[in-house]
Amino acid sequence: MSTSTLAPSQESPATRALHTVLRSRELAIVIVLGLIIVLATARRSSFVLSADGWRDTLLAPSILLLLAVGQMVVVVTRNVDLSVGSTLGITAYVTGKIFVANPDISVVVVFLAGLAVGAVIGAINGVLVTLFKVPALVITLGTMYVLRGALTHEVGSDRMNAQDYPAHFERLGTQQVLTIPVLTIIALVVVAAVGYYLHTARGGRELYAIGSDPDAADLYGLPAGRRVLGAFVLCGALAGLAGVFSAARYATAFSGTGSGIELQAVAAVVIGGVAIFGGSGTVWGAAIGAFLLVTINRALPILGISEFWQGAVVGALIIGSIVLDRVLSIRRTHQLVEARDHA
Amino acid sequence: MSTATPVAPASAETRTYPAYSRSVLARLLLNREAAVIAALVVVFLYALGNVQYFDGPLTIYNLLKEYAPILLMALPMTLIIVTGEIDLSVASTLGASAAVTGVLVVDHDLSVPSAAVVAIVVGALLGALNGFFVAYVGLPSLAVTIGSLALYRGLAEGLIQDKRISGFPGALRTWPTERIGDTQYPNIIIPIIVLAVLFGLLLHFTSFGRSVFEIGLSDEAAHFSGVNVARTKLILFTLSGAVAALAGVYVALKSNSVATDTGTGFELKVIAGVLLGGVSIFGGRGALHGVIAGVLLIAVLNSALQLDGQGSEVIQIIIGLLLVGSVIASNFLPRIRALLPRRAVAPEVTSKTPVNGDHTRKVAQ
Repeated sequence: MSTSTLAPSQESPATRALHTVLRSRELAIVIVLGLIIVLATARRSSFVLSADGWRDTLLAPSILLLLAVGQMVVVVTRNVDLSVGSTLGITAYVTGKIFVANPDISVVVVFLAGLAVGAVIGAINGVLVTLFKVPALVITLGTMYVLRGALTHEVGSDRMNAQDYPAHFERLGTQQVLTIPVLTIIALVVVAAVGYYLHTARGGRELYAIGSDPDAADLYGLPAGRRVLGAFVLCGALAGLAGVFSAARYATAFSGTGSGIELQAVAAVVIGGVAIFGGSGTVWGAAIGAFLLVTINRALPILGISEFWQGAVVGALIIGSIVLDRVLSIRRTHQLVEARDHA
Repeated sequence: MSTATPVAPASAETRTYPAYSRSVLARLLLNREAAVIAALVVVFLYALGNVQYFDGPLTIYNLLKEYAPILLMALPMTLIIVTGEIDLSVASTLGASAAVTGVLVVDHDLSVPSAAVVAIVVGALLGALNGFFVAYVGLPSLAVTIGSLALYRGLAEGLIQDKRISGFPGALRTWPTERIGDTQYPNIIIPIIVLAVLFGLLLHFTSFGRSVFEIGLSDEAAHFSGVNVARTKLILFTLSGAVAALAGVYVALKSNSVATDTGTGFELKVIAGVLLGGVSIFGGRGALHGVIAGVLLIAVLNSALQLDGQGSEVIQIIIGLLLVGSVIASNFLPRIRALLPRRAVAPEVTSKTPVNGDHTRKVAQ
């Protein structure tokens, strides 16, 4: 919280941590998410309480979680990556190709291959954006087209089906450890690692600095180009991993896999309170945003809202959350101005 | 393009002083718009000569019929991007207005013109809602219109649910796609030309248009020079909604059916066309004739590749590469040129315009 710049806090670390949580933007979405889960469970207890319901609640958001984390890291630097949906489609297909060529290959190698393919695509985006100093929105819109077109050209009307993926890989899509799905565990580990890095590491803080004022960051001597490139590589790698997840979960890949999911990833980030023009927001927020977005889609039919209105609800949620952010930031500015005037 | 000649000098007005040191001819011919128009002509002539059936009687007719909604939506989008904002929700507005038209005409037996008027009013309201959030609440348009992209598509889905509305009655349904006399042009190009001229005049020959450029160069400076920034943006987003709704009515009539996915993905084609046409995504630079050429370039490429037996994915790849290439060229070439001309062109500049701005001062040193 920016109040710490005014005076050293007199509170103990524990109360301070509590205040941070209570004042945080993320709490609002956690409450909304909790309410939706509670209401849906009250309506139909199998929503969370049955074995399948519990697994779905945790498993369904895992793919979007990865995309939202990657997207958040890019958005915080005042960029955006619209090509993640195409990247996801490509690695989902490549995963199938690898298994067709070599059915006994270790799952770990496949995961690494997905990460690597994604990272290469992310690096291309990153180099184009940083080297030529062109807006990421346009570049990644272009690479989104190019990659999707290349995938469609390669795949055609062909598709990877359940028999193309070996059974042990497909089992991974539903496997649970202590009732928690493996894919969700991996996604949560990624969330924790990236969140910790952004919160504490020098490189992570520099990403925020670059996003809140690129020119100032440059003048200050931060390696802006390198950091932004790194953000794109991470985003691409996570999208690649999400492609492997998608293949494991649905055991299928075709030319349209993942199309349109890039907007969901951006929406999750925005709902999670990350400023679209960079410099503020947390990975936790983006992750909860992804959770909320997926859960709301599952919960709406149970809450008696026809599935046909889901899109409208999601849209209203996105706009509502940016309006909330705006109101909060105006209020905080007022508080800071008042505190300065009284000092 | 009929708008090409009168419009070009106006676009040059946004340049810095050194731009005027070049001759009129150079200024007219060596800019982004001219490059796009040249590319359009080259591609068109190449396709005429080398692609079988491209010179057939239906090519231009089909091309215009398919790309009419993109052309329409690109007009207000140009103005919005020139102010430095963006509207990603146009295709969803198109879908929502097509749904409104379909529901009113087919389910409620309204006549086509009155349903079209209602749909356009709805579209204008949807656009105004975007504009309100962007201009008066101060939210970033990218985030707002990603939200309304989902919201307006959701409205269309809620309105028509899983049914597919089809069977529009009457002679008016076929009017937009009928040809004008014996020409290759469908009737829909009449409203397109009218709107293109109106938007061209609005952007390049009115004080409103000047303020659009000013906002794109600097919101704050525009505000201090007396431009009502918020109202200008609200008007632009409202226009964008209304024109997208008009395109929605056209699409509904053209395909004689409306589904929930009517027009999905159009927003990217519109934006690709606008940026290809030389409008800067940062705002403050662009011209309408370039945009029209940009959209037509995509349309001609599409139709030529289709006739050549290529799948739609090849055109997707080409649009993507053109988009990336054109922004890189427009951002990167000036920087390279900025390194070169100090020796090559500069002396000429100094002799013609002794004192004007940074460029010459740098040369003098």
